Amino acid sequence: MKRPVVKTADKRNWEKKYRSPDLRNADFSSISGRPLEPLYTREDLSGFDVDTELGYPGEYPYTRGIHPSMYRGKLWTMRQFAGMGTPQQSNERYKFLLAKGQTGLSVAFDNPTLYGWDSDHALSAGEVGKTGVAVDSMADMERLFREIPLDQVSTSMTINAPAAWIFAMFLANAEKQNVSFDMLRGTLQNDILKEYIAQKEWIFPPEPHLRLITDLMAFCADHVPQWNTISISGYHIREAGSTAAQELAFTLADGFAYVEHALRAGLEIDDFAPRLSFFFNSHLDFFEEIAKLRAARRIWARHMKEKYKAKDPRSWLCRFHVQTAGCSLTAQQPKINIIRTALEALAGVLGGCQSLHTNSMDEALALPSEKAVEIALRTQQVIAFESGAANVIDPLGGSYFIEKLTCELEEEAERYFQKIDELGGVVKAIEQGFFQREITRAAYEYQMALSRKRKILVGVNEFINEDEHLEIPILEIDESVERDQIRRLEELRQKRDNQAVRSRLDALKKAAAGTENLIPRLLDCARVYATLGEISAALINVFGEYQEQPFY
Amino acid sequence: MSVEPMKVIIAKPGLDGHDRGAKVVARALVEAGMEVVYLGLRQTPESIVNAALEEDADVIGLSILSGAHMTHFRRVKELMDKNGLGDRLLTGGGIIPTKDQEKLKELGIEKVFGPGDDIQAIVDYIRTWHRSRST
Repeated sequence: MKRPVVKTADKRNWEKKYRSPDLRNADFSSISGRPLEPLYTREDLSGFDVDTELGYPGEYPYTRGIHPSMYRGKLWTMRQFAGMGTPQQSNERYKFLLAKGQTGLSVAFDNPTLYGWDSDHALSAGEVGKTGVAVDSMADMERLFREIPLDQVSTSMTINAPAAWIFAMFLANAEKQNVSFDMLRGTLQNDILKEYIAQKEWIFPPEPHLRLITDLMAFCADHVPQWNTISISGYHIREAGSTAAQELAFTLADGFAYVEHALRAGLEIDDFAPRLSFFFNSHLDFFEEIAKLRAARRIWARHMKEKYKAKDPRSWLCRFHVQTAGCSLTAQQPKINIIRTALEALAGVLGGCQSLHTNSMDEALALPSEKAVEIALRTQQVIAFESGAANVIDPLGGSYFIEKLTCELEEEAERYFQKIDELGGVVKAIEQGFFQREITRAAYEYQMALSRKRKILVGVNEFINEDEHLEIPILEIDESVERDQIRRLEELRQKRDNQAVRSRLDALKKAAAGTENLIPRLLDCARVYATLGEISAALINVFGEYQEQPFY
Repeated sequence: MSVEPMKVIIAKPGLDGHDRGAKVVARALVEAGMEVVYLGLRQTPESIVNAALEEDADVIGLSILSGAHMTHFRRVKELMDKNGLGDRLLTGGGIIPTKDQEKLKELGIEKVFGPGDDIQAIVDYIRTWHRSRST
């Protein structure tokens, strides 16, 4: 898709004046290292077809947005990722955030939960409740969502390896709240491929995880129709150090891999594709991020329509959540992070996100304090109601720079898709360490650029405050959280019907060894208060555990 | 005085999977001429110290961003002392609050690194330690 660049006399005049010796000695490339022109003009878009490549919002190829009315119809959901300590503490934080005006919930789990282990697992020591909420059983789900109407507020859960059984516990709790499954709205992250690539929260080798993902897609298509079964993620890939183009390409490649897996499993594309969703980072290089999000929509639409032949237009939509970049935030002069987050949030909005999380200023130091997360939420509200960014759809559309950058990112992504195909697909590429090495190389190059001051990080390698000391409150997770969780687990194991737990875990194991959909079995286990770790152990028994070969 | 390149173990004990820093440090140390044994994720203090014994490592570097640093650093130091590695360097990085850095100093872990630290500073710290040890 090479576009010829034709220079006119006027541009040459300007270029002569531009090429003076007085340019600043600075790096003008993007934060990803992308070389940028000093100016973009209509010549950069010669060959660009406005009708087929730009189009209209809510119409194929969706470059300008997935809905015809975008934010005039409905603002993005303000959805702050939150979780800490015990389910009760997290429940209080959710109520706090809803009272402050957020419009959707997002659950952060602690490390043991993310790995599918109970709070009393030997390796959970020191980790319980530290990075999110500890959930060991449906009893914890009951505590987590106490007095929160699940039929009125949508819930996103950032969980991957044990996503299916955490979801089973969520469903079982909804049952107890008398909320029917077809009323439930929300998202499960449930994206195992990016775990092997970046976030590193796996249990089994890829195939069993992929089976569970496809089972969940099929189950939700029939029983939980408003649920987004997967949030195909680039956020973590970017946090691990990738460039914007890598984030875009690797995320969509993962998406295509899930589509292909589901098709091979016999699902109809239009039955599951409308409930696929995405999750992108919004990093500091403002325009690159906006272009990246626009490119994502166009690429996904094209492939879903033309390659995978989806007929339902909802299958063509790249709906996505955005989180501002945690890795861009600093421990030094943390209040400045408020500004970084604001710029990143604005880019996410101008890029047309469906929901948004803004990081708190204390990101590099601890889980968010109440004051810090309030400011983060208010950032979104200022953007939504004061800045005018929500008044006009895709306001940067038609900008020479933005359209050119969108095209460039699309082209780079296509080159990566080809490379991944040559390696035999996503799973094979993971085994060969392709993604991991690309990401580490980009991370290393950025770090060296910082070290050499070719890239600047305010407060860290420039504009440093010597002898600065911490002025903001820092949230601490008390060690009693771990003791409490362990005690509750012991009580639970005594009070529940252990016979029922054993027989349902056995039934799960039998089903896992076969091919039936595992979600109903997982629901059975959740209802009788089988713990997360017990379910994981039962499945490990059948599926085995994954061993990573570390690439750097 | 040894003319062999310094051997450094880089490992992530416990459940924290954020390995960007560990990998970038590993690369930087390799670029600086050191030999790096990158153990990766989900290591235990036992597996780390065993590797250090097997490799006769000079340095162990732990990366912990999960808040579990006191538990892991303490245990690794204990095992190092118990197994005749008390004279080797134990360092690391991650999200380690200042007051915990003070507690680590009391355990004999002189310095750990965190967000915003220059990669060259880490290389220099290890080199300087090695030099002072060989003289």
